[in-house]
Amino acid sequence: MASSISDSLRNGLWRENPGLVQLLGLCPLLAVTGSFVNGLGLGIATLLVLMASNALVSSTRRWIQPEIRIPIYVLIIASLVTCIELVFKAWFPDLDRALGIFIPLIVTNCAIVARAEVFASRNPVGASILDGFVMGLGFALLLMAIGAFRELTGQGTLFARMDMLFGGEPVRGIVLADNGWLLMVLPPGAFFSLALAIAIKNVIDRRRTDARAHLPRRARALDR
Amino acid sequence: MVHRMSERPVWKSGVTLAVIAAVCTAMVALTWQLTADRIEKNKTEWLERSLQPALAGLFFDSGVTESMLVIPQPHELPGKDAAIVYRVYAADKPVAALFVVTARDGYAGPIRLLIGIEMDGTVTGVRVLEHRETPGLGDRIETGKSDWVLQFDGRSLLAPEPARWAIKGDGGDFDQLTGASVTPRAIIKAIRQTLLYFEGNVEAIFAAESSEEETD
Ligand SMILES: Cc1cc2nc3c(=O)[nH]c(=O)nc-3n(C[C@H](O)[C@H](O)[C@H](O)COP(=O)(O)O)c2cc1C
Repeated sequence: MASSISDSLRNGLWRENPGLVQLLGLCPLLAVTGSFVNGLGLGIATLLVLMASNALVSSTRRWIQPEIRIPIYVLIIASLVTCIELVFKAWFPDLDRALGIFIPLIVTNCAIVARAEVFASRNPVGASILDGFVMGLGFALLLMAIGAFRELTGQGTLFARMDMLFGGEPVRGIVLADNGWLLMVLPPGAFFSLALAIAIKNVIDRRRTDARAHLPRRARALDR
Repeated sequence: MVHRMSERPVWKSGVTLAVIAAVCTAMVALTWQLTADRIEKNKTEWLERSLQPALAGLFFDSGVTESMLVIPQPHELPGKDAAIVYRVYAADKPVAALFVVTARDGYAGPIRLLIGIEMDGTVTGVRVLEHRETPGLGDRIETGKSDWVLQFDGRSLLAPEPARWAIKGDGGDFDQLTGASVTPRAIIKAIRQTLLYFEGNVEAIFAAESSEEETD
């Protein structure tokens, strides 16, 4: 079990990261990552929907006939997103206002349907919830990383407006410069940043395989 | 899987779909039941909280949100939609009026503004409630990003005179934002228009009955 948990962690965060590798959920990924706080907020919301949707799909998988599974996933996901939106409005109103339309738009995140289809529809509830958590975490971390990078390069600040998540007076965060490279906050910056993140991941992966190729056979087998 | 697909009658799939749709609807309805009150409460709280900056330094003893007055079109205030005014009293005497108006000519869309005006026509405070200006350029009108919007505190149509209610680049008295003059122009114009409206309509504003309708 321990090894399967660490295995799925490695999958969700790195090997099959929904945003970096599967390139799913590009719409929210590109649209909300103008700042760290937005990335964090949407990351949390998506993670919650993913876990709940995986749990529901997995627990009803016995009764779902294959030919109607897609409309059922859509129903489940749309209802869950509506519930999460209501919960956010009730308990985290500031976060809800900050993310605005992007909470309802979680419905359009294909990463969620993809996990329902690929994982939750064939695995027990516990494993499916774990999968939702890990995949959601991988997605959220990517959102935060890109958000931080774009905020830093585009506006010269980091962690600005964290009050939207945690309440209190508006905060300016860490101000490193008065201005930034505007392009980075605008849509093109989103594409650049994602491309950069993917490139970095590929470089790291290549280094690793190269390093592994120099190990003796036995060590390589153990390393797996 | 493939042979199961052809065996199963269509109506059975229909029933499954209907049952799941009903369950999902029930789930949403239940969540709504559990959250509706809190959401309503949050809305009022948020409204009160967002009105606070325009109330700073005022002495008053009336409930602010209850004194709402909706001014429908046509009106001389900025914006194509209905404007909202909250009236503030101390010992039943008018103290100030808080306007919620829309500047239509922002760079990327309408800008929703809160403008507080004391009885003598001075601005108590201005805040941007909603906008879609460009991050890093026009969004410095937020207090979380810069102090730009605080420069209107204590100003009135006497200081500076109406003609000088403009950014410095246009021969006015107010600071602009580097690389973004469209947004400041829109806001200054809206404040000036609201001040003019207040001057001409003070009595009518405080004489009117409060509006019952909740708008948002
Ligand atoms: C992508 C982009 C976004 C812009 N966003 C804004 C904005 O939100 N607010 C604004 O006043 N000007 C914005 N501008 C700049 C205006 O087009 C205009 O050039 C500027 O307001 C003129 O300022 P200046 O008179 O100080 O040169 C933007 C320009 C570009 C290219």
